[in-house]
Amino acid sequence: MAKKIGSQTLLLTSSPSIIGYAAVGAKKEKEGPLGGYFDFTSEDSSFGEKTWEKSETFMQKKVVELALEKCGVSDNEIDFLFAGDLLNQCISSAYASRERKIPFFGLYGACSTMSESLCLASMFVDAKLANRCLAVTSSHFCSAERQFRFPLEYGGQRTPTSQWTVTGAGACVVAPKAQAPYLRAVTVGTVEDLGITDINNMGAAMAPAAARTLCQYFQDTATRPEDYDLILTGDLGFVGSRLLERLMQSEGYPMANLHNDCGLMIFDRLKQDVHAGGSGCGCAASVLCSFILPQIACQRLKDVLFLATGALMSPTSTQQGESIPGIAHLLHISAFPHTKEEQA
Amino acid sequence: MTKQEYAQWTQEESPRSKGPVNIFKAFLSGGVVCTIGQLLLSLYERLGAGENAAIFASLSLVVLSAVLTGLNVYDNIAKHAGAGTLVPITGFANSMVSAAMEFKTEGYILGLGAKMFSIAGPVIVYGVSASVIYGIILYFIQ
Repeated sequence: MAKKIGSQTLLLTSSPSIIGYAAVGAKKEKEGPLGGYFDFTSEDSSFGEKTWEKSETFMQKKVVELALEKCGVSDNEIDFLFAGDLLNQCISSAYASRERKIPFFGLYGACSTMSESLCLASMFVDAKLANRCLAVTSSHFCSAERQFRFPLEYGGQRTPTSQWTVTGAGACVVAPKAQAPYLRAVTVGTVEDLGITDINNMGAAMAPAAARTLCQYFQDTATRPEDYDLILTGDLGFVGSRLLERLMQSEGYPMANLHNDCGLMIFDRLKQDVHAGGSGCGCAASVLCSFILPQIACQRLKDVLFLATGALMSPTSTQQGESIPGIAHLLHISAFPHTKEEQA
Repeated sequence: MTKQEYAQWTQEESPRSKGPVNIFKAFLSGGVVCTIGQLLLSLYERLGAGENAAIFASLSLVVLSAVLTGLNVYDNIAKHAGAGTLVPITGFANSMVSAAMEFKTEGYILGLGAKMFSIAGPVIVYGVSASVIYGIILYFIQ
């Protein structure tokens, strides 16, 4: 049963396991440094569908199918499905789930959705409210561009701080303690806003939220960055990562050599012309599910703090001149479960 | 950390656009578009279009821009050309055609028809308004 420590952290004393996971991507993701680790990639970013929204829905369907297949679990063995995406009213998630008869929670946490869904799934399993839960999210470059920015063929220029939405999806099946990776703790983030209004600098808008959640986690657990092998943020990109490292340094938690960002890992930033790096729900989700979780499963990484970061604005709030609030939820994912003493 | 301090940090960590390079590229590409326009104008004059030659030249640039947009080529040129392809009439055509292509999936009326003007609309509204003001001023000083 979860135990609250400090002000925002829950220790998941039963150490739920991620028993199945899968990642789906498209051409650009395949050509990136992690391309070979994806479970499924398509040369055609439409995935054979007529609209970009349907393409994204296809990715979510595919990633759930693969994750379930990999751990040999069927639909009726899943108690709850937590899913979200970037599109208005989270249509990719709802449409991908309409043929599966799994009790469904639709989430909106912008690009933090992988963390948000995984937090909820692990809390449900730890509290014995569910035996198996699915945490799923996706993003698609083309569906995000048309909703948040400009038509694809519009001849505009991107600024050096802008990021490239990842066309990808990730899914995790969470179950009671079985095998690594284990989920040991969660820190649910607060909404933070340090006044960034530039829609083309989302990394800067989200970095304060990541710093706030991390500091809170270290305080709550009385640990330090050195106690972990990797501190992995979702999609801060180049600018946001630098800012996070500076913020953490000023708070007395230097962690530049332990920190990496999914947005900097998924693409070769300079060769693939993605400016400040990757972004989107699918960024953190596909990096976690393709590359990080297998590394934890084989104990090459032992203790990872994973925090996907989200920018909680909308085109309306941006046009009205509002600044961009950020959020970051943290999970401690480990190659080892809690010991008996830690559970007590 | 105050918002002012954080804005200062953000400015320090954010790479800036390469101003001089972008301006030079825009100057060159804008010049090329205008040269093509001039060549077309001379061609239509020679073919005997008379005072309609300028209209035909503009029309040709619009068609060229629309075709390149449809062939998914225009945005790759504009990525480098910037204002060089945005400011001339080619940019106007691209903004209409790209929006029309993008929103066709939402139907011909509320998708293509309505969203076609989502980028070009303000240009038309304020362009027409400016010409009305210009006309009124001209009326009084003549």
